[in-house]
Amino acid sequence: MKKNWWKIICVIFLLYTVVAGFLIDVPHLPILHETIRNQFFHVCMWFAMMILFTVSILYSILHLSSGKQEFDLIASEATNTGIFFGTLGLITGSIWARFTWGTWWTNDVKLNGAAITMLTYFAYTVLRNAITDDQKRGKVAAVYNIFAYVMMFVFILIYPRLSDSLHPGNGGNPGFSKYDLDNTMRMVFYPAVIGWSLLGIWIMTLRIRIQKLKTQSEL
Amino acid sequence: MKTFLLSFFQILVSCICFAQEPVEMADHLRASGKIYVVVAVLLTILIGILLLLILIDRKVSNLEKKLKQK
Repeated sequence: MKKNWWKIICVIFLLYTVVAGFLIDVPHLPILHETIRNQFFHVCMWFAMMILFTVSILYSILHLSSGKQEFDLIASEATNTGIFFGTLGLITGSIWARFTWGTWWTNDVKLNGAAITMLTYFAYTVLRNAITDDQKRGKVAAVYNIFAYVMMFVFILIYPRLSDSLHPGNGGNPGFSKYDLDNTMRMVFYPAVIGWSLLGIWIMTLRIRIQKLKTQSEL
Repeated sequence: MKTFLLSFFQILVSCICFAQEPVEMADHLRASGKIYVVVAVLLTILIGILLLLILIDRKVSNLEKKLKQK
């Protein structure tokens, strides 16, 4: 139980997110209306994804410097879980866009950047699974992962800010931080980010443990 | 000139109208207490998923213990 304290925090924060996320007073804004509450869910998917990809690249570097197979496994499962959360982020964003911007998808830099990032990481899994030699697989996947992480940074965090974008927080558009001046949304948003990210880490650790069991039982 | 002024005035009025238009929120849902139903449903789903995750976690732990004993 001592090792599992963060899972308890995850559960408490997520329960709090759902209850408070629907019940607190949010800023009354045109176009957005009640959908501003999506910030507690949609945005958190991307936070969880970026944290998982960060874990992934750290273990990729560790794998390159030490050559341990275990680190390659962790990097790969972190990427897989990150892709899961990124896909959820894309789908929820698309739904949100339909009811605020009026379309499922626009050729917006932020949206396309997110899509390109997902494709880059899809390529990571394809590349890793295509190589059968264990040693080679880890090395190639780790090197590619470093490229993919840089691409993610450029396409999600840098490029959308340099050009025009509908998405809040980009191209001169203010992020939501400007709206919640009374800080009520932050009281839910920060726990929500931590809660969803911990959920991502939890799922990642489960996947790693199952993979390890698989390799152990094959020996 | 007249039409220009009129249209300018029209734009001004519409701007003011837009600014004063109340933003539609789910206040009725909250006032009549029905939002709690949505919260309850979502809580049930979330608790269900989290319980499933905890169960999987324990199953994996058990398997790890069994493999160690072997």
